[in-house]
Amino acid sequence: MGVNRRDFLKITGLGTLVGVGGKAAADLVFKGQVEAQEARPNEGALVGKRWAMVVDTKKCIEKIHKDGCKDCSIACHTVHNVPDFGNPKDEIKWIWQDTFEHICPNQHHPFTSESLEGAPFLALCNHCDNPPCVRVCPTGATFQRDDGIVLMDFHRCIGCRFCMAGCPYGSRSFNWRDPRPFVQNAREDFPTRMRGVVEKCNFCAERLAEGKPPACVEACKVKALIFGDLEDPHSEVREVLHEHYSLRRKPELGTMPQIYYIV
Amino acid sequence: MIDKALIGGRKYYGLIAVLLGVIGVGVLCYLWQFFYGLGITGLSRDVSWGLYIAQFTFLVGVAASAVMVVLPYYLHDYKAFGKITVLGEFLAIASVAMCMLFIFVDMGQPLRVLNVLLHPTPNSVMFWDFMVLTGYLLLNLVIGWISLDCERKGVAPPKWIKPFIYLSIPWAVSIHTVTAFLYAGLPGRHLWLTAILAARFIASAFASGPSLLIILCLIVRKTTRFDPGKEAIQTLAKIVTYAMSLNVFFLGLEFFTAFYSQIPGHMHPLVYLYAGLEGHGALIPWMWTSTALAAIALILLVNPGTRKNENILAFAVVAVFFSTWIDKGMGLVVGGFIPNPLEHVVEYTPTLPEVMITLGVWAIGFLILTVLFKIAVTVKEEAAS
Repeated sequence: MGVNRRDFLKITGLGTLVGVGGKAAADLVFKGQVEAQEARPNEGALVGKRWAMVVDTKKCIEKIHKDGCKDCSIACHTVHNVPDFGNPKDEIKWIWQDTFEHICPNQHHPFTSESLEGAPFLALCNHCDNPPCVRVCPTGATFQRDDGIVLMDFHRCIGCRFCMAGCPYGSRSFNWRDPRPFVQNAREDFPTRMRGVVEKCNFCAERLAEGKPPACVEACKVKALIFGDLEDPHSEVREVLHEHYSLRRKPELGTMPQIYYIV
Repeated sequence: MIDKALIGGRKYYGLIAVLLGVIGVGVLCYLWQFFYGLGITGLSRDVSWGLYIAQFTFLVGVAASAVMVVLPYYLHDYKAFGKITVLGEFLAIASVAMCMLFIFVDMGQPLRVLNVLLHPTPNSVMFWDFMVLTGYLLLNLVIGWISLDCERKGVAPPKWIKPFIYLSIPWAVSIHTVTAFLYAGLPGRHLWLTAILAARFIASAFASGPSLLIILCLIVRKTTRFDPGKEAIQTLAKIVTYAMSLNVFFLGLEFFTAFYSQIPGHMHPLVYLYAGLEGHGALIPWMWTSTALAAIALILLVNPGTRKNENILAFAVVAVFFSTWIDKGMGLVVGGFIPNPLEHVVEYTPTLPEVMITLGVWAIGFLILTVLFKIAVTVKEEAAS
């Protein structure tokens, strides 16, 4: 054979270049088509223009005070295979409870009404209209859909955690270690994650595609969580927001959060 | 010229062996992290960046400071810096290499890191940081290597290198500006959300980088036959003095805005860092050490009598280096996360493997620096003889 070391390296090097370049080129050509196909909704899917959620805190607080309700968190964390590490350092949470003064730090004052002082409030991703996490993500792993939902591509995320620094609501969690051993009875209709990627509430995009409301909304027995399309003037979210005074978390930051709290 | 790095005395081999030892421990710890995940660090969902990103931020400054020798030499024809420009450029190469490694070890999915290039996102400052750091590394590699090779051959550098040298000057400013923008554009992180952050970064960079260069020059003079020159060292000392004064002034501006405005969100991180918040104050001793070192260093540097004494100067620049390392390396990055967005105080303490990985990356940087300086100094020794 007349192939010496130098020629061998040249040939394999060239082959690698073509291989890498070829894949990138194919992505450029076909990417749009693939995404266009994915964007066509299922038959029977819930379709909206601007999804939002309203939390009726009166109903929610009452229920939690009565029986320590955690139905929404349990439902969400079950359907999304959220691991339970049992320690705050590794903790991953999509929807959870904190107190009013921590959820809305600037709304609290020493004479806050008794019903709100120390009252449990729900925290979850705000699916901001102007999301800082999407702005800072260096790979497009976090992106916003046309219907406003902010989603994560767990396979593209490089785990740089810029989005966690960017989120002013602490809504994002990171898989500091392999989460799979800590998921009990993992469901097969939603992916488990691997270590080293960020995750958060996805407004149950996978359930909307099947025509189902978000798991937390379905799980709430007192109907304290109302989910709907803000662009639809006849939607329930529009009606309740029209009738009641509501708060948003840190509105001064211009992120335009889409979780509304009726107080 | 690489051959010059292969032949050295016992001390040279000894230093390399020590560095390789530290690197070895770091690599082992990194393998542990690679297979377990970043959970071996002290990081949490509340403090999600720590020691690694802090070192990265600090070292971008050291890298950028090469411009403080390049600019006077090439734009103002300041001859005294002619001997040490290549040292500045080689320090920049080692620093940028460390920056990249610190980013790499901080990634949750390191094997996917090239997604940054595969899916370019110009809206992300991190994308731009990746670009400017890579560009700066290439610029300094080309400029440093070509200039040194010409010095070895006793010929003038080729003309085509000049545009690259001029480009490297604003480029140096850009790497630290973009790095500051990683922080300064985030809503809801009050310690970082300040227009003066990039200016602060550059001021502290031009204090810490030349400080390290002075220390390195003194070491080179003591251990080799190459003398960087008293005048060059004294001019660097003046640069450190001005830059450190500006750095402290800029920090003072932060305190004024936070405490005169009395806006709680702006005060909280500073209160946490210097006095503690809700009973938590792990960084208080560090921050006051930084403050004390800065004060001592400034007294010694501003006073010409002490600045001109090279022994005192050596002490002063070591103080500047550690003061800025604590302030920017630990305080700024960790303090930005405390209190967290829900106003809980959750602290962060690096773990032992995290510290070992950090030391490992520093050792890789010093190994690169040692080899590059060995080459540069040998070339200069031979040119002089």
